[in-house]
Amino acid sequence: MTIHAMNSNLSVPEQPAQRILECEKVNVFYGDYRAVTDVNMAFGQNEITALIGPSGCGKSTLLRSLNRMNDLIDGARTEGLVTLHGENLYDKEVDPIAVRRRIGMVFQKPNPFPKSIYDNIAYGPRVLGMKPSSMDDLVEETLTRAALWDEVKDKLKQSAFGLSGGQQQRLCIARTIAVQPEIILMDEPCSALDPIATSRIEDLMRELREDYTIVIVTHNMQQAARVADRTAFFTALQDETTGNRTGVLVEYDKTTKIFEDPSDQRTEDYISGRFG
Amino acid sequence: MSTLAPSRGSASGSTRGTGSLKTKISKPGERVVLIVLRLAAALTVVITIGIIVALLLPSIQFFAEVPIFEFLFGTRWAPRFADASFGVIPLVTATAWTTGIALLVAIPLGLGAAIFLSEYAHPNLRKTLKPILELLAGIPTVVFGLFALQFVQAVVFKQWLNLDTGAFSVLAAGVVMGVMIVPTIASISEDAMSAVPQSMRQGSAALGANRMQTTVKVVFPAALSGILAAIVLGISRGVGETMIVAMAAGGQAQIVTNPLDQGQTMTGFIANAALGDSRVGSIEYNTLFAVGLLLFVITLIINYISIRVVRKFREAY
Ligand SMILES: Nc1ncnc2c1ncn2[C@@H]1O[C@H](COP(=O)(O)OP(=O)(O)O)[C@@H](O)[C@H]1O
Ligand SMILES: [Mg+2]
Repeated sequence: MTIHAMNSNLSVPEQPAQRILECEKVNVFYGDYRAVTDVNMAFGQNEITALIGPSGCGKSTLLRSLNRMNDLIDGARTEGLVTLHGENLYDKEVDPIAVRRRIGMVFQKPNPFPKSIYDNIAYGPRVLGMKPSSMDDLVEETLTRAALWDEVKDKLKQSAFGLSGGQQQRLCIARTIAVQPEIILMDEPCSALDPIATSRIEDLMRELREDYTIVIVTHNMQQAARVADRTAFFTALQDETTGNRTGVLVEYDKTTKIFEDPSDQRTEDYISGRFG
Repeated sequence: MSTLAPSRGSASGSTRGTGSLKTKISKPGERVVLIVLRLAAALTVVITIGIIVALLLPSIQFFAEVPIFEFLFGTRWAPRFADASFGVIPLVTATAWTTGIALLVAIPLGLGAAIFLSEYAHPNLRKTLKPILELLAGIPTVVFGLFALQFVQAVVFKQWLNLDTGAFSVLAAGVVMGVMIVPTIASISEDAMSAVPQSMRQGSAALGANRMQTTVKVVFPAALSGILAAIVLGISRGVGETMIVAMAAGGQAQIVTNPLDQGQTMTGFIANAALGDSRVGSIEYNTLFAVGLLLFVITLIINYISIRVVRKFREAY
């Protein structure tokens, strides 16, 4: 099986033109277990970066370390530097809550709040004490931006649970952009959705790329090929010190390069379906 | 023969796909179990109906002698006096005071404990504290009654705080009843909050909400129907609680206007009067059942309202 990057976008520069977020020797531990080892990579502003690799290689773990969601997991610990515009997110003085206001997250399974569609969008702005001149306008703009307005404008006061899975996931994306983050992290956002809902979310991602930086974990290689400007391939290796398996970054490049001319044999095996 | 094979079908595998779907697969043992379960369910219904009838019959006799309006709205309760009067309002106010005071104590403490256990406590701490809390719910109410009478009223209110009060007060009974209800409210609310999926908290945290915001604005509303159910159970226990009020609230039926006064609740009256030797069919005897019926109806109304309220506020996940 060969996959061709569809967005053979010649404009993607060799290196991210503007590095918004950078990982330097990032290691993530769960207790004594090192789930991710020595990741170095830089995410480009207004680019979509895909993290791919076999299950259990630490993609979600690394993603959560980018907005300090790992802090919520008991025993999880991150070492190394993760810098947003050069500022280390793990600095002692940094408040993880402030980090998450700038770097939002969309989860694998749509997780709208058990509230109305309107309140799902308004929740973030209210909690952050944002004072929009009109909350109604903010909700409308946000839902329009997330390509959901036309579908929900007549039932804003109804429970978000009445929406389809794909609509719920777009609502979760809308909820995230309502608080104006710089970066949106997405952990397999389409894995619970059908192909049509998936393609709508992919369209949305391409549009949001104008204003946001997106990092997406996906187990679906075609999806990475379709939407990502850059792709990072991870795999799990034997940890030299402990003997446990641990996630490492194998290759990180423009998506076209990863899918058409990978430099590492392991990448080639994975994308051609010979592994994982 | 495989247990999956229809009992009347062929044992050979060659008939796969040809056996009738209408073939009965259930075993005889299952029918016995089913009959026993049906009997148990029927018995529960019969017993409930029996209780209602037992309450109703003497009450009907009571209302033949005392007009229902006089009973419900009369302000003097003196069933054993020569010029007997049967206005139940004094008993109802005393019940309202003790229950209200109990809720004032139990709701903040119970919900605070539930929020701490569910949202803030380390899982190990929760594992230790929750059973202790539930153990508290098992303390016999007579022990609480003793505590209310001999410690809260006699020592705390009269000696330490020097309050102007007698040997009994609805305040002492209410406060201790509140303490008694705390574990119930805390435990059920904690269950409801813990049942809110972790993904809700993650979604909130990812938007930059802090833990208190997540608790108050996401977890609490999502668990609200369970929390309201806990409070309603607390109210029901308060209205029906007998031992504490019989021991500590006092025995004088009067309209209570000051919580430091004594007062007799509905349950307190029944507990006291039932100990006397009322002849079956006498007015004293029938009075007991009329008050019992009123208690029953009040509890029903509370449950009915709460079901409506819970439906209205439901944020299902
Ligand atoms: N909360 C956790 N506690 C302990 N170990 C975890 C936790 N989450 C993930 N892991 C372990 O870390 C490794 C990487 O997991 P994960 O990041 O979920 O991989 P991926 O997303 O690539 O499938 C796996 O071995 C997994 O078992
Ligand atoms: Mg994952």
